[in-house]
Amino acid sequence: MMHFEYHVEGGNFTKAGAASSQLKKILKQLNVDPKIIKRIVVALYEAEVNIVAHAFEGDIFIDIDTEKIGIKLVDQGPGIADIELAMQKGYSTASPSVREMGFGAGMGLPNIKNNSDELKITSQVNIGTTVELVTYLNQ
Amino acid sequence: MKVAEIAEKLNLKVFSGKEGLNNEVTNGYTSDLLSDVMGHADAGNAWITLQTHKNVMAIASLKDLSAVILVKGFEPEEDMAAQSNEEGIPVLGTSEEAFTISGKLYGMLQK
Ligand SMILES: Nc1ncnc2c1ncn2[C@@H]1O[C@H](COP(=O)(O)OP(=O)(O)OP(=O)(O)O)[C@@H](O)[C@H]1O
Ligand SMILES: [Mg+2]
Repeated sequence: MMHFEYHVEGGNFTKAGAASSQLKKILKQLNVDPKIIKRIVVALYEAEVNIVAHAFEGDIFIDIDTEKIGIKLVDQGPGIADIELAMQKGYSTASPSVREMGFGAGMGLPNIKNNSDELKITSQVNIGTTVELVTYLNQ
Repeated sequence: MKVAEIAEKLNLKVFSGKEGLNNEVTNGYTSDLLSDVMGHADAGNAWITLQTHKNVMAIASLKDLSAVILVKGFEPEEDMAAQSNEEGIPVLGTSEEAFTISGKLYGMLQK
């Protein structure tokens, strides 16, 4: 059983992806199936960038055991009023400057869904959002 | 086909990441939307784009892409070039548009 934590600063795009990059290295060292690593990296990156793009700050908690990898992202931010709407491909509230960088296609949450075995999102408007992902290792 | 051979045949400028010129290019992916590339590009792809910031390299590295090709004369920002050097993923450049350079690369990789 291994546990890792990372802090994510909202608005700081120069560090976006740092946690995903760290986790990728760890999973490689643990000899996790490359196909599974690819999926986890996509899902975590998108969830990490969503904190950077949409929230004030957040923390990532990662638990790895022999059966599964659990990732929980807890942020303080505006929250998501309608999660079903936010999950739709193409829906985005990203600012013009964020869009100019190529973010804001509204494909991040769909990517997370496609690349995780279990996904749970809970959110409170003006408080924050929690994203929980599970990926099973032996499938 | 190696990145170096593509750079030479398509007359691409090599901005950074020279250590990765031996990377094998499996195919190409053309897009300026980062989450599109995150979701759909495959390992070994050369990524054709006009985005010139550091997050491009973060994605290229996470997705194990072989190279980034900047179109229309765009040049990498300083921190993008620095990360390209660190990761050994070359950033190349062309004055041509995405359509043209994608077509040329496609033709080369089909042979
Ligand atoms: N952590 C979050 N806090 C607040 N709002 C969020 C958060 N994550 C997602 N959202 C909302 O859900 C929308 C859709 O998210 P999604 O990741 O699919 O697209 P995006 O981030 O706008 O663009 P892309 O991910 O394609 O760059 C966002 O535009 C935002 O309104
Ligand atoms: Mg997103």
